[in-house]
Amino acid sequence: MEEYLKLFVASAITNNFVLTQFLGLCIFFGVSKNLNASIGMGMAVTSVMTLSSLLAWAAYNFILEPLGLQPLMLITFVVLIASLVQLLEMIIKKHAPALYNMWGIYLVLIATNCIVIAVPITNVELHSNFLTSLVLALGSGVGFALALILMASLREKLQYADVPKSLQGLGISFILAGMLALSFFGFSGMITL
Amino acid sequence: MSTPILILIVLTSLGVFFGFLLAYSNKKFSIEVNPLIHIVEDVLPKGQCGACGYAGCMAYAEAVVLNPDVAPNLCSPGKDAVAKLVAELTGKAAAPMEPQIAQVQCAGTHDKAKRSYAYTGVEDCVAANLLFGGPKSCKYGCLGLGTCVKSCPFDAMIMSPEGLPIIDPEKCTSCGKCVSVCPKQVISLMPVGARVRVNCNSKDKGAVAKKACSVACIGCSLCMRQCPYEAIKMVNNLAIVDAKICEEKCSDAVCLSKCPTKAIRPFVTGIVPGTENEASTALACASCAK
Repeated sequence: MEEYLKLFVASAITNNFVLTQFLGLCIFFGVSKNLNASIGMGMAVTSVMTLSSLLAWAAYNFILEPLGLQPLMLITFVVLIASLVQLLEMIIKKHAPALYNMWGIYLVLIATNCIVIAVPITNVELHSNFLTSLVLALGSGVGFALALILMASLREKLQYADVPKSLQGLGISFILAGMLALSFFGFSGMITL
Repeated sequence: MSTPILILIVLTSLGVFFGFLLAYSNKKFSIEVNPLIHIVEDVLPKGQCGACGYAGCMAYAEAVVLNPDVAPNLCSPGKDAVAKLVAELTGKAAAPMEPQIAQVQCAGTHDKAKRSYAYTGVEDCVAANLLFGGPKSCKYGCLGLGTCVKSCPFDAMIMSPEGLPIIDPEKCTSCGKCVSVCPKQVISLMPVGARVRVNCNSKDKGAVAKKACSVACIGCSLCMRQCPYEAIKMVNNLAIVDAKICEEKCSDAVCLSKCPTKAIRPFVTGIVPGTENEASTALACASCAK
């Protein structure tokens, strides 16, 4: 149990995908303009990431590894994730229209995001079993949502700040993200896997 | 089995599996979209101007079909005809729509309005406005760099050689796009049936306004005192005409006769105010020049 907890905290905070590994930056800057959208996006990414990494885990361990086709990992995962996102979109559209209106376009955006493919690959590298890959995916998703929500709250406050003209918009956001990453660096070394 | 064949088999079967899965679920999870939405969207003019307050024609079509509280006459480019059709399709009561047209409240052509400096920057009113409010001495007038002309989704505006935009009454749909992009807020929407209009936006005191532009409204309030129906009011040294009162009551526009600068003029469309003599050719010439 302790091992899973450690893994969760490590993937969510100390090895946060956005702020210490700089993955998924396009969504991170694109959707962090307001808090509501970032909450929706965080939830969408977490669920897609969890499902897709479980599926990828199964595909890797039951198809690719027994057949000795490990180099095909990347292309298989891309196909898997893209199909899963499409499928998920259809199901949500049909059965949970309210959720669909909230997630809307974000869901499709996720299909092409690097953070979603980074998690299954990390799982392979760590030789995770089913449970650890679940925990890692969930932790990474929560970490992404946390980073997104933190950033969105900061950027909402930023609208009242007197930012120099040359830095307005994305410029100051990058500086802010750098500072946020710096503060997350304080966690490094706390947990070693 | 050799590896290339294995790769072929695995990837093909993966592709086929997911292809069929998606095709199947597309059928299984398909939702019926109200077909009326597409019919209504076809009726709309598709300028995607957003005058209705929705993000494009599709969004408005969806809202007007699904939400009973959304009025069918919000599409101002479509005018009455579209409002009637939409109302008919959605079974809502159509409130009549008064046709409007955009008008530039400025007559400060090159020869009439003075300039305080020569502007050589980007050909854009917003850019020019950042530099001490633009090159014109009058800080309220049209800058004449054509930001509105570029923004018009219906090609209804052209820039006249005199340096003021001309609005084509045939093409203008009163969508309000030019009104919102103008950094001077010098464009407004007016009912087509209006009789007179004040071709000035200057809120300066008389002497200052007159110094900057020979056709400025100097706020003398002569027109206000002339009008027997109290349709004209003075707000911030500027005469404001209530077009509704004009339209309903007035038959003889006495306000026009006394104006010392001819800032208040009969309402005519399609020409630059103050160039009525060349009126018949103005529109044609400008369109050739373009």
